Amino acid sequence: MNSELLGIIGIYLLTLVLAIPLGRYLARVFKGEKNALDFLAPVENGLFRLAGIDSKRDMTWQQHMTTLLTINLVWFLLAMVVLCTQGALPLNPDGNPSMTPDLAFNTAISFLVNCNLQHYSGESGLSYLSQMVVITFLQFVSAATGIAAAVVVINALQTRTTEKLGNFYEYFVKSITRLLLPGSLILALILVFNGSPMTLQGKQQLITVQGDSVAVSRGPVAAMVAIKELGTNGGGFFGANSAHPLENPNYLTNAAENIALTIIPIAMVFALGFYLKRRRLSLMIFGVMTVGFMVLLAPTVYYEMHGNPAISHMGIDQSLGALEGKEMRFGVVASAYWSITNTIISCGSVNSMHDSFMPISGMSQLLGMMTNAFYGGCGVGLLNFFAYLIIAVFVAGLMVGRTPEFLGKKIEAREMKIAIIVTLLHPLLILAGTALAAHTYVGNPTEYAGWLANPGYHGFSEMLYEYTSAAANNGSGFEGLGDNTPFWNITTGVILLLSRYLPIIGPVAIAGLLARKKYTPEGAGTLPADTATFGVMVLAVIVIIAALAFFPALALGPLAEHFSLY
Amino acid sequence: MASKSQSLFQPALVSEAVKQAFVKLDPRIMFRNPVMFTVEIGTVVMLLVTLGLLVQPDAAQGSFGYNFTVFLVLFLTLLFANFAEAIAEARGKAQAESLRKTREETPARVIDDKGNVTSVSSSQLQKGQMFLVEAGEIIPTDGEIIEGLATIDESAITGESAPVIREAGGDKSSVTGGTKVLSDRIKVVVTTAPGESFLDKMIALVEGASRQKTPNEIALTILLAGFTLVFVIVCVTLAPFADYSKTPIAISAFIALFVCLIPTTIGGLLSAIGIAGMDRALRANVITKSGKAVETAGDIDVLLLDKTGTITIGNRKATHFWPAPGVDEREFIEFAAVSSLTDETPEGKSIVELAREKQVDPQALRSRLDGAELIKFTAETRSSGVTLANGTRIRKGASDAIRQLAVKANQPYPQEVTQRTDAVASNGGTPLVVSENDRVLGVVELQDIIKPGIQERFERLRKMGIKTVMVTGDNPLTAKFIAEKSGVDDFIAEAKPEDKMTYIRNEQQQGKLVAMMGDGTNDAPALAQADVGVAMNSGTQAAKEAGNMVDLDNDPTKLIEIVEIGKQLLMTRGTLTTFSIANDVAKYFAIVPALFMVAVPALGALNIMGLKSPQSAILSAVIFNAIIIPVLVPLALRGVAYKPIGASALLRRNLLIYGLGGVIVPFIGIKLIDLVVGAFL
Repeated sequence: MNSELLGIIGIYLLTLVLAIPLGRYLARVFKGEKNALDFLAPVENGLFRLAGIDSKRDMTWQQHMTTLLTINLVWFLLAMVVLCTQGALPLNPDGNPSMTPDLAFNTAISFLVNCNLQHYSGESGLSYLSQMVVITFLQFVSAATGIAAAVVVINALQTRTTEKLGNFYEYFVKSITRLLLPGSLILALILVFNGSPMTLQGKQQLITVQGDSVAVSRGPVAAMVAIKELGTNGGGFFGANSAHPLENPNYLTNAAENIALTIIPIAMVFALGFYLKRRRLSLMIFGVMTVGFMVLLAPTVYYEMHGNPAISHMGIDQSLGALEGKEMRFGVVASAYWSITNTIISCGSVNSMHDSFMPISGMSQLLGMMTNAFYGGCGVGLLNFFAYLIIAVFVAGLMVGRTPEFLGKKIEAREMKIAIIVTLLHPLLILAGTALAAHTYVGNPTEYAGWLANPGYHGFSEMLYEYTSAAANNGSGFEGLGDNTPFWNITTGVILLLSRYLPIIGPVAIAGLLARKKYTPEGAGTLPADTATFGVMVLAVIVIIAALAFFPALALGPLAEHFSLY
Repeated sequence: MASKSQSLFQPALVSEAVKQAFVKLDPRIMFRNPVMFTVEIGTVVMLLVTLGLLVQPDAAQGSFGYNFTVFLVLFLTLLFANFAEAIAEARGKAQAESLRKTREETPARVIDDKGNVTSVSSSQLQKGQMFLVEAGEIIPTDGEIIEGLATIDESAITGESAPVIREAGGDKSSVTGGTKVLSDRIKVVVTTAPGESFLDKMIALVEGASRQKTPNEIALTILLAGFTLVFVIVCVTLAPFADYSKTPIAISAFIALFVCLIPTTIGGLLSAIGIAGMDRALRANVITKSGKAVETAGDIDVLLLDKTGTITIGNRKATHFWPAPGVDEREFIEFAAVSSLTDETPEGKSIVELAREKQVDPQALRSRLDGAELIKFTAETRSSGVTLANGTRIRKGASDAIRQLAVKANQPYPQEVTQRTDAVASNGGTPLVVSENDRVLGVVELQDIIKPGIQERFERLRKMGIKTVMVTGDNPLTAKFIAEKSGVDDFIAEAKPEDKMTYIRNEQQQGKLVAMMGDGTNDAPALAQADVGVAMNSGTQAAKEAGNMVDLDNDPTKLIEIVEIGKQLLMTRGTLTTFSIANDVAKYFAIVPALFMVAVPALGALNIMGLKSPQSAILSAVIFNAIIIPVLVPLALRGVAYKPIGASALLRRNLLIYGLGGVIVPFIGIKLIDLVVGAFL
């Protein structure tokens, strides 16, 4: 058990050691300063010339957002066309059929918004072409979209008064060329060397040890899995995601994938500090996020290591922990660590079945997605955190007797309004969705019996998890939920769209409004935002808004289950 | 002022406030406060449920008595919140009325262009009319002296017993209604229409009709509305959740949960805090023209202060006798003392005082003045003194004035005297030269006396993050000396009114907020430009119109108090918001187990307070929620104490007291109430 614990401590420390220099590098990239990958500039400029884009034109925050939404719409249309016609297109060795329009719609939206909720199984649902030009492509661009939006916010927080916040295309393209592509290349190589397939050939026939003849699905797996993790996307090549031996062959790849999915969100926090020359601010943000992460991780590891008392009562040895739904090659601790990193960060890939975790672990996973700001997704984690930060600044500013200001800019009614809408939206979507599902289910339990594998408290958790995952753009499933029905497709689809773009536009708008305001130099009376005290304040705001709103729901789901079990 | 030390709850004010608490239940008034408005809706629903139970008992909803009690507590919550606002209003109004009372219904002698005098009641005076006031009479309304000079007792307004001089022209021409003329006769033009004086405006602000929410208050209201909405969502979605868990939840429990979770504490106290801020300003004898001005004062970065009266005691004091070469020191001191014996100015008195310290007995010298002629200071001669019975002319005055006398009389003006006067000036002092029959006797050094304790005040301001700037007409040398000695951060020497303006603009361009105090007409543009401009009541009408506050005491150090009042106002809002929201943790732990315990016995584990029964838990939570409002009213009215310990330390302190306290207090409170309530159920 100790070596298992040491394993995750090592993974976390290694992540940090890599994330800090990466943050410094990202700050240089997005500030346009000299950096190691400047030799790629001709490629980028060639792309801009080809597309007729002036990458030096400064944009206002509104222009940034218009650009973001427009290119997202284009990608959506592209994805729809390919998914609906993939059966007739090349690179389909297994002969998988075209998707029905409603499933294509769901899939396109889901990958477009970096959620990767999958209502299909990759092996039988997608051609290799779709895997590459739809899934892998969207995994790159949706991550880059989030990073670019976060860079706009960071740019806006400088000590000056301006409307000009850089060029969206430049941020977007550089996110890919300078970060996602090189990073994915490294990770993909690690995966290939450890046995992940990277081929365009179809299924492989082989005879197992037991003598059965099986057809094993394969494909361009390593490339896709790399960006799945690095871009905090989470949608697997195969239905079993990172629990599948070809997506995640061994403990080493498990560690590599786990580092890959956490590294950019953490590096973005440090990039903010290097970019703005406010390292203490970065440390404060990192500190708050880390405390939140640890508070969720610790009970999960504890309860998974101690196994399920119901199974112990049956006289089954649980010295290896609660292994139901977990892979032996990772063990319970690395699985627990994986599940929490994947829920606080909106990655949502799984290497074990969350449905089988202990109730408190399930609650920690839920809370990770409910707060959605402890590291958070690529770029968007920082944006979510920013909205909480604005509210904390406001209340804390009042508490020290000054009109609240953040980094020298006054926080007024308009910024508050946006921050409130953004933070309110999350509990609204989750609770309203779950309420709708619960109400529908109660109305006719026999008709909807297929929804819930376990009625009762656990069934409630399954529904709550599904909407939380959708609203957090996470994409992982509690499983055990029959979610491939029109009801779930439609409701989660609506939530996906709402919960992706508003939480990006809101923080960018706040930052844009702040950038326009007069800068007041910080003095002895101004509240410094980079202290531990203020960190406590931000954490309290996150806990109050995110956790308190969900308390009754959690009481009826995981808490009720926990107290019944123990 | 007698009312200054009044207790928070005077019986007369309380009974008025109680009455108002019911009047304010009107939903049209309630609507202004979104948090309490939702409580009102909840209360009405509870009333309907309770009445419905009378007609048709329903076991699922609980007994009539229980539901009625919940309704009653909610109703009390509303009344308490209204009471908080009403008592703040009543106190502010009472304070303003007591000022206004002094000026009502005084007979005024109106004089028209032809010189006809008619007697009119003060309330009928129109703007632009002129009236006469003589010694012993009360000035009927605010105005500006256009003819004459008078000493005026302003103690009715300022509480300061020493009379002040007001005269036509210049910057001391304003008179305030209700003050008393002690000597002479003045002709005054009415400057405000009836009902439009600053005091009238202030009363209107307090009364609420014209009370507008400040930007800060609006932002906070948005935040509170947001929290309210979150809990609307929480409570509405709880119904299907409960259906799924087969847990029937009574309407009373829903409403209790909702009312307890939304920030009623701060919602109920919010307007009271704002009014109390203006009221505290009024108690400091400052009339504010808007609530916003008080808030802005809390944000001030730069404070412009006039040297005289703020940093130094208004008057210079003699500190040294420097005899000219060849003049006996004792002789010089005696002449200096004789010239000042009849001089009533503070400078003159201080010379006599210093002479006494030098073992020269002023009483013994008095006999020399028999039959002497006193020469008053005039702007022309720039000197004063006495001509004794024997014809000896003793003069004292500015160095160049005495030099002129000496040169005219062909007397020498020694080099050493010039050196001395220069030395004194560069040391921050003012030299006075004394002559006898135009022979230069020596130099009296007058020094500005820095107010005791002013260094500490500036230190306090520095800790608040406020930069102090001294404005003075002195030369840069003197200014620098005094600035260093008093500890101000910066100074403007040889200041002309436009210099102030430039300074303010520069600071504002760097994003700073600037406050200043002024009285003269030529201060008006700077007062208008400053973010907080405090005009002295003794100042000109133009100055008072330009500023956004009027200080009735004419006390230049008042700015420091105003800044603290502003900070207190914001802090009180912030801390009570934190307290209110932190309370939710305990309330959740009281109500959520109570809701589900029967259907899901396992959730009894969440009942960490060990509350007796679901009904007593819910009642205890709503009762706590209600009574915390009146408990906090004194804090809301007095304001949270401001301590200049730096923003981070202040946040830590307030987070501990109101954040952590806000989490812990309701656990204790609800448990205690449950012990009592549980005994009755």
